[in-house]
Amino acid sequence: MARSLLLPPPGEFPYTRGIHQSMYRGRLWTMRQFSGFSTPAETNRRYRYLLDQGQTGISVAFDLPTLMGYDADHELAHGEVGKCGAPVSSLADVEALFEAIPLDKVSVSMTINSPAAVIWAMYLAVAENQRADTSRLSGTLQNDILKEYIAQKEFIFPPQPSMRLVTDTIEFATRRTPRFNPISISGYHIREAGSTAVQELAFTLRDGIEYVEWALERGLAVDEFAPRLSFFFNAHSDFFEEIAKYRAARRLWACLMRDRFGAHDERSWKLRFHAQTAGCSLTWQQPYNNVVRTSLQAMAAVLGGAQSLHTNSLDEAWALPGERAATLALRTQQVIAFETGVAAVPDPFGGSEYLERLTGDLEAGARDYIRAIDGMGGMIAAIEKGFPQGEIARASFEFQQKIEKGEAVVVGVNRYRVDGERAIETLRIDQSAEDTQIEKLRLLRKTRNNGEVERTLNLLRRAAAGSAIPVSAPDLSSRNLMLPLLDAVRSYATLGEICGALREVFGTYQERPNI
Amino acid sequence: MKTFPIRVLVAKPGLDGHDRGARIIARALRDAGMEVIYTGLRQTPEMIVNAALQEDVQVIGLSILSGAHNAIVPRVLELLREKDMAGVKVIVGGIIPDEDARELERQGVTAVFQPGASLETIVSAVRQAAEHSNTPAAK
Repeated sequence: MARSLLLPPPGEFPYTRGIHQSMYRGRLWTMRQFSGFSTPAETNRRYRYLLDQGQTGISVAFDLPTLMGYDADHELAHGEVGKCGAPVSSLADVEALFEAIPLDKVSVSMTINSPAAVIWAMYLAVAENQRADTSRLSGTLQNDILKEYIAQKEFIFPPQPSMRLVTDTIEFATRRTPRFNPISISGYHIREAGSTAVQELAFTLRDGIEYVEWALERGLAVDEFAPRLSFFFNAHSDFFEEIAKYRAARRLWACLMRDRFGAHDERSWKLRFHAQTAGCSLTWQQPYNNVVRTSLQAMAAVLGGAQSLHTNSLDEAWALPGERAATLALRTQQVIAFETGVAAVPDPFGGSEYLERLTGDLEAGARDYIRAIDGMGGMIAAIEKGFPQGEIARASFEFQQKIEKGEAVVVGVNRYRVDGERAIETLRIDQSAEDTQIEKLRLLRKTRNNGEVERTLNLLRRAAAGSAIPVSAPDLSSRNLMLPLLDAVRSYATLGEICGALREVFGTYQERPNI
Repeated sequence: MKTFPIRVLVAKPGLDGHDRGARIIARALRDAGMEVIYTGLRQTPEMIVNAALQEDVQVIGLSILSGAHNAIVPRVLELLREKDMAGVKVIVGGIIPDEDARELERQGVTAVFQPGASLETIVSAVRQAAEHSNTPAAK
C-alpha cells in the first residue's frame, strides 16, 4: 500500500499527524502552568505574576478539602488547607482567586472533578459579576470522574449520580458556554498511578466513549457537544513511545467518533489535548536532573502535537513549586517554542518506519482493551469489577520491580547516586493559611442571608432527588442541576454545604481496599 | 520455637487518594512473607489506631504525600499512647521534608522514608521494627 494512503497530511482525517494543517505555524500551544496554594489571594498573586511572565492561560490547582467537597473548617480538612492547591469554600474564595483577571479574556482551566459542577457554577457566577459575556468564556473543566474511580481516587458520589452531574455540565456548556470545554478526559492520572502507555491511551479513550454515550442518552446530538470534548495526556520519558501515543490517540478517536457514533462535523473527529510532563518521573535525589527530564518530555508533547502544555518544576518531588522553580519551568516551554525551531513543522517524525510501527502497536493494544471493556458492559461495569484498577496496579508493581533490580534506570536514584546531597529551597505552606480560611468562613456564615442559603439548598436537594426544577429553562433538560447550583452558590452556600446536600441524596462511594 | 509472621497495617490517612506507593509497599511486604492489612483510603488517626488494635499488628506504615503529616502523625502517636499501644512501631513514607522527618522521629516514629527509597530497605526496616515492637503478639 502506498504510504500516502496510510498517512494523510496534518489537518486531514484521521489526524494522525495533527489536527491542523499548519499546526504551530498557525498558532503555538497554550502555555498553561498548573498552580494554586495557600489562600485564594496568594494564588491570585501567582497567577498575575505568571501572566506577566508570558504565560497564556491560567490553570487552577485546588487543595484536597476542596477536591473532596469539604469546607476549610471541616474536621477532615485539618492540616490539608492550602497544602496541595488553593482552598475554595465559597463564591467569596473564587472572587478572590480571579480578582482583576478578566474571565472573558483569559482562559481558565480548573482541575476539579467530583465537585466540578459546583466550582464551575462559582466560576460562572464570578464571570456574571464581571459582566463578562458567557458565550465568550473559554477554558476547561477537568470534570473527569471516571478516572477518579480508576486512578486518582478523589471521588465523593457513586458512579451513576456522578455521571449525571458530568452530563449536566456538558449539556449546560453546549447550550450556554459554547467556547468552554466542560470536560478534559484524562489519562494523566492513570499514567501517574503507574499504568503503561497503552493502558493510559485505552482507558482514557474508553472513558471518552462512556461520556459520549451519556450525553447522547440525555438527548444531545453528537455534533452538538463532541467538538468541545477535550483530552489530557501525560508526557512521560519514553520519547518515541509518547509521540506515538498522541498520534494513535488522534487516529483512534477520529475513527470512533465517525464510525461508532456517526459524527459528521469534522470538529467532532479532532482530538484536542493538553499535556503535562510526568510528575512521577521526577526524583527527590539530584533535583536539578528534573529540569532535563521535563525538557525532553515537553519536547515529546510538542512533537506529538499538543494544544496546551504544563511543564513541571524541578522541586515537585519535594513540595509545591516555588516561584523561581515555576518560572524556570515556564522558561523551558518558551525555549522550546522560540529557540529550537520545532514549532515550524508538524509531525516531523511522521513516516519514519519506527514511529509508524509504534503508533500502530499502541493503537492495536488500545483497541484490544476497549473491546474487552465493551465486553464487560462499559467502563462503569469495568470499574465496579476493579478491572482497570487491577491492570494499573499490576503494571506499577512490575515497573517498581524493574527499578529494584536495576533493569529500569532512574538516574540519581538507582544509578549514579551521590551521598550527602543538600536540600533545595522549597515553598512551605504554614498553618496560617488554614487559620485565615477558617476565619473568613466564620465571618461569611455570620454575614450572609442564611434564610436564602437554606432555600437554595432545599431546592437543590429536591432537584437532585428527581423533582423537575421550577425555574427550568427551555434550553436545558428539566432535571439539569446547573441552575439550582448557580442559585446556591450565588447565595454563598458553601462548597461543603452544597456537597453535603448532594451526599444526602446521592450517597457516597467507597472503594474496596485490595492489594 | 514456632515463629509467627509479622503483622503490619498499611494505612493511607488524610484526604489524598494517591495510593500507588501504599499499594506497592503493601504488596512488597506481603511478598516478603508478612501478613499485611491495607486499610484503604481516607482513614482518620482514630480509624487507623482502632484497626491496629483489632488486627493486633506490630507495625503501622503510614503513606502521606499531601503535606498533612505534621497534623496526622503526631495524632496517631498520641492515640497509640492513650490506648496503651506505644509498643506498636510507626513507619512513615511520603513527601516529608528533612526537618519534619527528624521531628517526627523525635516524637517517636521509628523511621521515615522519602521518595526514592528502595523496597528492600523498607522491607528490612519493617522487619527490624517488628522485632523491636513490644506488643502482645511479639511477646
